[in-house]
Amino acid sequence: MLRRTLLATAALALAAGGALAQDDPVKAGFIYVGPIGDGGWTYEHDQARLALEEHFGDQVETVYQESVPEGADAVRAITQMALSGADIIFTTSFGYMDPTMEVAAKFPDVKFEHATGYKRSDNVGTYSARFYEGRAVQGLIAGRMTETNKVGYIASFPIPEVIRGINSAYIHAKKENPDVEFSVVWAYTWFDPAKEADAARALIENGADVILQHTDSTAPQAAAQEAGNVITFGQASDMAEYAPSPRVSSIIDNWAPYYIDRVQAVIDGTWESDDTWDGIGPGMVGIGEISSAVPEDVKADALALKDSIASGEYHPFTGPLNRQDGSVWLEEGEVADDETLLGMDFYVEGLTGEIPN
Amino acid sequence: MIVLEKRRQPSRHWMLAAPVLAVLLTMVVGGAMFAALGVAPLEAIRTIFWDPLFDPQFAAYSRPQLLVKAGPLILIAIGLSLGFRAGIWNIGAEGQYIMGAICGAAAGLAVYPSASVLVFPLMVVAGALGGWAWAMIPAFFKTRFGTNEILVSLMLVYVAESILASVSSGLLRNPEGRGFPGSRNLSQWDAAANRELIAGTGLHWGVVAAFIAVILAYILLTRHIQGFNIRLSGEAPRAARFAGVNPARVVIFCLGTAGALAGLAGLFEVAGPAGQISIDFNSGYGFTAIIVAFLGRLHPVGILLAGLLMALTYIGGELAQLMLGLPGASIQLFQGMLLFFLLGVDVLTNYRLRLGRGEKA
Amino acid sequence: MESINPVLLIASVMLSATPLLLAAIGEMVVERAGVLNLGVEGMMITGAVVGFAVAVSTGSAATGFAAAALAAAALSLTFGVLTQIFLSNQVATGLGLTLVGLGLSALIGKPYEGMKSPVLPRLDLGPLSDLPVVGRMLFTHDAVVYLSLLLVAAVWAFLRYTRAGLVLRAVGENHEAAHALGYKVVRIRLLAIFFGGACAGLGGAYLSLVRVPQWTEGMTAGAGWIALAIVVFASWRPWRVLVGAYLFGGVTVLQLNLQAAGAQVPVALLSASPYLVTIAVLVLISARGAHAAPASLGRPFHATQ
Repeated sequence: MLRRTLLATAALALAAGGALAQDDPVKAGFIYVGPIGDGGWTYEHDQARLALEEHFGDQVETVYQESVPEGADAVRAITQMALSGADIIFTTSFGYMDPTMEVAAKFPDVKFEHATGYKRSDNVGTYSARFYEGRAVQGLIAGRMTETNKVGYIASFPIPEVIRGINSAYIHAKKENPDVEFSVVWAYTWFDPAKEADAARALIENGADVILQHTDSTAPQAAAQEAGNVITFGQASDMAEYAPSPRVSSIIDNWAPYYIDRVQAVIDGTWESDDTWDGIGPGMVGIGEISSAVPEDVKADALALKDSIASGEYHPFTGPLNRQDGSVWLEEGEVADDETLLGMDFYVEGLTGEIPN
Repeated sequence: MIVLEKRRQPSRHWMLAAPVLAVLLTMVVGGAMFAALGVAPLEAIRTIFWDPLFDPQFAAYSRPQLLVKAGPLILIAIGLSLGFRAGIWNIGAEGQYIMGAICGAAAGLAVYPSASVLVFPLMVVAGALGGWAWAMIPAFFKTRFGTNEILVSLMLVYVAESILASVSSGLLRNPEGRGFPGSRNLSQWDAAANRELIAGTGLHWGVVAAFIAVILAYILLTRHIQGFNIRLSGEAPRAARFAGVNPARVVIFCLGTAGALAGLAGLFEVAGPAGQISIDFNSGYGFTAIIVAFLGRLHPVGILLAGLLMALTYIGGELAQLMLGLPGASIQLFQGMLLFFLLGVDVLTNYRLRLGRGEKA
Repeated sequence: MESINPVLLIASVMLSATPLLLAAIGEMVVERAGVLNLGVEGMMITGAVVGFAVAVSTGSAATGFAAAALAAAALSLTFGVLTQIFLSNQVATGLGLTLVGLGLSALIGKPYEGMKSPVLPRLDLGPLSDLPVVGRMLFTHDAVVYLSLLLVAAVWAFLRYTRAGLVLRAVGENHEAAHALGYKVVRIRLLAIFFGGACAGLGGAYLSLVRVPQWTEGMTAGAGWIALAIVVFASWRPWRVLVGAYLFGGVTVLQLNLQAAGAQVPVALLSASPYLVTIAVLVLISARGAHAAPASLGRPFHATQ
């Protein structure tokens, strides 16, 4: 175990160095899965990194590495970041879960924050956002605004995160409009502008006049604009350049408050591993401005829904709700537990089609 | 006017000097690019080429990583080089790599959680077979119908990626993974893990296999009749036919070997450094290996060196991003430049520069 | 299923096939001259970023297209110089070109992320656009769609009926013989490479200015590789390139339409279908024995050999 010893020594030396020089800035590292210029997921993490620098000034130094493939390369990227003296490292994709755990075991004095995962240890915390809360607001607007009663949904991969979004949007669209139908296209990509544009066109040609997307590019927005009479929602970032129409609102990933909070904890020496799953309330999920293309009453209802979710008064997955096969999932008034939500692999009643696999 | 004149024999002198010249040229031009991006050029060059090997902070970790990164590249490139020598253009090694990983992992996971010592060998065999079978598809169509193997092997990469996405969120999904895509972590399961064999060296079974492949390929090409057949098929296909070489057999041998080696690379990666099957498991080794094969001039020893050099630019590039904040794209561009210069100066090995008109010779 | 409208479907297919068609027809000319340039992806994305940047700066999509063609052609000349003058290996150089193009485009494109481009107007074809069915299907596109079709016809006529086309084919089939006849092999190949680069650039710009339209890093997402495959698929014939590009674009769009219409087909199979169909058609064509690559494809040429 020569390597382990070497690493441990290096880590100790760094930790000692850090303790000696209290005035050294805290070094926060970020591992990104895509290029910063993806305009979506990675872009928003980097915006939060910049906000962090702004907030702390000289107290904090940040480093990042973009387009890190998940797997072996991730282990190396994270290790090198730890070796370079990072005090806290944010690994911002689900696929970094095992690599983060592996590296964290070798660097007990470095703090790790893994996004969207579920494995934790003394120096690994996790964080994620309840995007489905934002989907509920989108669903309400979609249900009220659609004239064809067809809502198109561009999905990426059949994973719980995406399925939660579809269910949440559908439940709240259906509440407003019992005739609404969802058609889901699985693009099998997070980011492929050309394919996303094609998917949006296919949905529009099949009669959808509302497009929801769980992929990161603005291509569907452009396709909707071209078609006219179709509304869309920004995903991950505000996509305000397509407002007021077709983009009528958006879900914004706002990681800045969390990052500032966690780095502050490192500075104060109060950082502890925990599991954060925040939604609209704490500001991790932002709802982009509802544009003038939405009628006032719809906007008012949407904002009311947003507020009741934010205050904790209402949970988007509240019974009675059945599974797609008609079996009971939640009784009247019952609220879904996080465990089920985290592993959600079923549609709710009313959705047609099957989840792949 | 400067003209090129073909040398009777490749210049040994330039064969060694050309890569050095290319690296120097890349440093100059790449340095200029880094300077334009606002980073001290010497520091950037040092970070890429020197720090991974000798920096006191990183080298203890990143030196062994060179082998981890170079291993699959070399293993795949050796397989590809056989085909390229015979004029068989398998550019779908990425797909064979994926299928090797899937089949190997599936074979292992089928007997989970057995602790038998046979688990890992079983996975190795399944991985090689998976890659081999995937390469047999273009081989079959080529020998049976004369279908172009470039297209079929390339298209099969995309098919393999679809299968990968499908099995990682379906068939091979970790039942304890709370519905998230991705298989069980093989590197955490002792019987299936492809571990570091000597601590602190980065040496795992995949690297060992790569070294063995280099040696076997060298013997094959210099000492064995099949190696001769391969070279003849590539250099003089008609002569090969007259000499009684069965072209179909060469196709099947070359594609099969390349597929099996790529499959092995995938298996060693999934059971070791990567740990699990996931949607984004593949990271372009199959394509990069094509570059490695040509950089190494399709020669086993050349491929070994080229693989290590590529690995160095990857790891050095990562350090440069981390320490100097260089954008990832600039590293990609830098690698492209290095490749261009290496390929460009290679002309000096086979040709002589001369002033005047060299029409005769 | 009945909700799929064939008229709109075909109009979408034309839109999604055009970048592939442009890149593939250019590459076909390059390969007919005996050169294998695997760097189509790199040239396309360079065209995409330069086209977008110039269109945004000048406010004219047409200028963007012109700049994209020039920039990608200029990039392709680095490949040309390396392979034709320095006699480097074409496969490796082409892959290098892809690396360079991807890296370069990302650096150039940084300031243009999240911007919107000027719109390329639809070509006004007067009464033709008002025809029932075919009007919407065929006559409501922008100029570049028709340009791509014209280009196919022009390449076909050039190769078949002109002397220069004959020379180009001769160079691709047997460069030694062409050289012996006094043709400038290297010059002809450089011109072909330049043309191929320009076409790939146009294809890339069509992605960033029309089909998507926006600039994002890595946005070609493999389209260049598909274009290469289409050339082989087409057995190096212009009209078959057209068929190949439309078929591939067609299957891609159709599978999304099938999903949108709620067809009960396994999605993983659907998303792999464009590639499977391409393989199947190729095998069928080759089983009937009609295919031939240019004889000198990918082989280096040196006058004193």
